[in-house]
Amino acid sequence: MHIPDGFIDGKTAAITAALSAIGLGFALNQVKRELPPRKIPLLGLSAAFLFAAQMVNFPIAGGTSGHLIGGALIAALLGPGAAVVVVATVLIVQCFLFADGGVMALGANIFNMAILDSVSGYVIYRLVSRFLPGLRGRVTAIAFAGWCSVVLASIGCAGQLAWSGTVAWSAGFPAMTSVHMLIGIGEALISALVLLAIERTRPEMTAQIEADRPKRGNQVTRYGLLATLGIAIFVAPFACSWPDGLEQVAAKFGFGLKAVSHTVPALAPDYHAPGIHWAVGATAIAGALGSLVVFGLAIFLGRMLVPVKSSERPAN
Amino acid sequence: MSSRWLNPHHGFPDSPVHRLPTGLKLSVALVVIIGTALVPWRMSGWFAGVAVLLGVTVLFSRLPAIFLAKRILVLSPFVSGVALMNALQPAGRADWREIATRSALCLFAVILVSNTTPFSKILRALKAVRVPGLLITTIALMHRYLFVLGDEAERMRRARMSRTFSRGRRFQWRAMSTVVGQLFVRASERAERIYHAMCARGWK
Repeated sequence: MHIPDGFIDGKTAAITAALSAIGLGFALNQVKRELPPRKIPLLGLSAAFLFAAQMVNFPIAGGTSGHLIGGALIAALLGPGAAVVVVATVLIVQCFLFADGGVMALGANIFNMAILDSVSGYVIYRLVSRFLPGLRGRVTAIAFAGWCSVVLASIGCAGQLAWSGTVAWSAGFPAMTSVHMLIGIGEALISALVLLAIERTRPEMTAQIEADRPKRGNQVTRYGLLATLGIAIFVAPFACSWPDGLEQVAAKFGFGLKAVSHTVPALAPDYHAPGIHWAVGATAIAGALGSLVVFGLAIFLGRMLVPVKSSERPAN
Repeated sequence: MSSRWLNPHHGFPDSPVHRLPTGLKLSVALVVIIGTALVPWRMSGWFAGVAVLLGVTVLFSRLPAIFLAKRILVLSPFVSGVALMNALQPAGRADWREIATRSALCLFAVILVSNTTPFSKILRALKAVRVPGLLITTIALMHRYLFVLGDEAERMRRARMSRTFSRGRRFQWRAMSTVVGQLFVRASERAERIYHAMCARGWK
């Protein structure tokens, strides 16, 4: 999902860069204020861990393989602020050192994968594990959070590509989302198995990290607002009365004639192709149903992986 | 699966391009990237100029051509995916060649800079433009331990493979996730040791 250079136009790059800078600024501030100094090296090491973990291949059918993406897992292990810093660091190093993801698109990539992915993953993980107590609940929570965060990040990516006029929303949204609904299943499984492995070998480690973490709700609210704002900017124009919505928004915010004339030709053919309307709607419905099915599967996974005895162990 | 191939500073010769000042290289690359991404497609002079500039830099940098070709292939999945999606919609037919050119030029610029500049110098330049210190510390530590942890993951994977003979996919997933989990445990233990070592050397 690393967007390379050339796929994003100026206005999208500027807006995503601003959103990412604000989010990363929040995160750095929060980490500086609240993380004990002895935990500072853990940020860099977690970033290196995430990078190394992404190189471990999990075999899927027919010779293909997948790997952990890890935003939700890192957020569940370290908390939202540290996770934003860690994932953003990974993206910055991948961009400058390995040319993986563009320089102009760095803002968009940080927004999708560091902010949208890990913050939504964290919120969903906390919510689900509040309702389902114990280790079993946490395994269920991380599986569901992993799936949701990957799908959300892909929706953000599709929105930005559509905004830039690179791929029309009617083609990009169904394609990106449906592919990532499959990838998300792998992510959910791997995240759950890795969390379980850490809990089995070092239960005290996660408890310790949990105890170090400040219990302040308003921090998540700030990231949540930022992520929602981004989704609202990039997805809402398409979700409501598109493509007229995009035209109106572009005119209203004065992106100028060039931007409008650049985006509209890509969207216009959809007027003549009613089947594509159907594809967007069908993808949205499939996503909603899919999240219910995945939640059910996550509960089943939790029950399968964690026998009753160990799930009765008091959490933390 | 060795992480050795990932290391961009591995065994490439010195050259006039390597010795250019870091600030100059970074700012020229930034201008090239932003310009290439934003300039309208009909201004073909810009794209030709950038291509010539990058070509000359490649010649002077003495980077092996095979290496550059391999790096450019990393781009292809995303480009071909988007090209496919573009082919599905009638209006986007001509678009993808433009996008591929833009992204290939930008990618070349980044590859050239990152392979002719030591990472510590890039970090120093970031510090000069007031990137927060905590972020720079994190980036520096990540870069330092990237290859260490990559090799550690590879060692654990090989150790696991040489001790287990089951080829079942379900078992492999369990084994692999144990490797990843263990990697996190080792990374955080290493972080503790690094903190003590940094304190012993008078950090902060």
